[in-house]
Amino acid sequence: MSATLSTRGPARDAVVANALSRRRQRINLLVEALCLLATVVGLAFLALILATLLYLGFSGLSATVFTTITKPPGSHGGLLNAIIGSLIQTALGTAIGTPIGLLVGTYLSEYARGSLLGEAVRFVSDVLLSAPSILIGLFVYTVMVSPFGGFSGWAGAVALAVIVIPIVVRTTEDMLRLIPVALREAAVALGAPKWKSIVFICYRAALDGIATGVLLAIARIAGETAPLLFTSLGNLNWSLSLTQPMSSLPVTIYQYAGSAFDDWVQLAWVGALLITFGVLALNVLARIVLRPRT
Amino acid sequence: MSQTVAAPARSRRPLGDLAFEVLATAAGILVLALLGAIIVSLFIGGLPAFRQFGVGFLTSADWDPVQQVFGAVVPIYGTIITSILALLMAVPVAFGIAFWLTELAPAWLRRPVGTAVELLAAVPSIIYGMWGFFIIVPFMGDYIQPFLIDWLGDLPLVGFLFQGPPFGTGIFTAALILAVMVIPFIAATMRDVFQTVPPVFKESAYGLGCTTWEVMRSIVIPYTSTSVVGGIMLGLGRALGETMAVTFVIGNTNRISTSLFGPGNTIASLVALEFPESPAGSLKLASLLALGFLLFVISFIVLAISRLLLRKGKPA
Repeated sequence: MSATLSTRGPARDAVVANALSRRRQRINLLVEALCLLATVVGLAFLALILATLLYLGFSGLSATVFTTITKPPGSHGGLLNAIIGSLIQTALGTAIGTPIGLLVGTYLSEYARGSLLGEAVRFVSDVLLSAPSILIGLFVYTVMVSPFGGFSGWAGAVALAVIVIPIVVRTTEDMLRLIPVALREAAVALGAPKWKSIVFICYRAALDGIATGVLLAIARIAGETAPLLFTSLGNLNWSLSLTQPMSSLPVTIYQYAGSAFDDWVQLAWVGALLITFGVLALNVLARIVLRPRT
Repeated sequence: MSQTVAAPARSRRPLGDLAFEVLATAAGILVLALLGAIIVSLFIGGLPAFRQFGVGFLTSADWDPVQQVFGAVVPIYGTIITSILALLMAVPVAFGIAFWLTELAPAWLRRPVGTAVELLAAVPSIIYGMWGFFIIVPFMGDYIQPFLIDWLGDLPLVGFLFQGPPFGTGIFTAALILAVMVIPFIAATMRDVFQTVPPVFKESAYGLGCTTWEVMRSIVIPYTSTSVVGGIMLGLGRALGETMAVTFVIGNTNRISTSLFGPGNTIASLVALEFPESPAGSLKLASLLALGFLLFVISFIVLAISRLLLRKGKPA
């Protein structure tokens, strides 16, 4: 025994070394177990939220939810105006924000490499990406609602557009940067002006990445509540006018969930179920779109 | 002479090319203008409150619509304390998830689990609010808070943090919901930066006989520490401005309570809640906009630091 150990050192140190090794292994095992636990906890929260939504929202799901507008408590209302309002504002917000975000992303990737202005734009865009959405609502309130005398669907759409821009900027720039230089050079060698090589070569090559960004942006603004509270306000009546206060699913959920009426709370859960699974489906779709690239 | 040759060459540049560059640059400048406009509009909107109360706005704990006296101390305190508590809970869990995803998970599980964690970040905040209000608040009020009050409420020095009636709502519950919300952001950032460590560094440490945890502690964390702090700051920036989830569960009381279970408010929750009762042009609305300005300043600083750290930590 001691003969075999003596090649590595005195027997006493080997005992110490073995004890130390066991301790290190134990600590390692403990940390690994804690990390697994942390992951399980994270996944458990997601499962818990989804299970709650299914359990409390699914039972209230019926055709009337989609065919009837919001009504006073006790009269079997639905969420039709909220769903349509959300669709309109989300679509408009995306339609306004996407081209701007696309151009900014193009500027950062194609025109501003290394320039000081480009650095500033990139920095500000990244800050806006995480800026509290409630402040974007307050901002649109001060520039669109308060001077022009009223809450409107337009104001809501603009607030959502401001949220869309930095998301599209980020993905567009990242995706355009992945385009090989050789591709651009090939276009230039054929005599194409720079804008044509960007629009017809680079955009096309980066299309799935850019589409991912737009999908993620839609998913993000579809669930936004805080900016709409100060801009489109919410509307319990049927209204498609963009110059009037406009209903939206998240704001209706907010109003209903905090109410004292059981049927309103039930509808809030249905709305929550719809919006969450819609948003998660968009996210999964976005990841599938991106998959071939990574 | 060479200049006269260069000039026509320049003018041959297609008009579409110039127009596109101008358009793209204008869009870039628009983003800068947007940030400036947000700051300026909130500041101008809050100006009447700053004029009326001066520095007192930052030091007064009053929020009295009847007397028309407004101060920002309580919501600022609530914003900071809930965010810090949330980070204390979120960072260890997020670190565990990132560690597990990068070093421990079997390869076939990495993608689905990573996606699930990212989906947690995609759940709208109003859903967290509802879920927190209807599920977590009763659970906290019935089980967690009475338990903690019984066990920790009588401790010397820290006992006061765990005293008071178990309402279920309050600072601690808000921080817990915030923690769940920022975990995926911090975990995703940490995972991404952990993956930037060159494999040869880790392999050298493994070759010396290090355990997985020792490699993480002695190689990965020192190599990525700047970016890790940046990721945590990003989570802090998210938590500071979170509105809907907090509004549902914090109890909405303009009071600084010593107990973690006491009700409170944050800048965002106060603005969301009081805005409908603030007529245009009123001093109260100006105070809310002033609060918005303060929140913007705080989050801008935090997010700016976060971006700088993340960029600095990125290997060139």
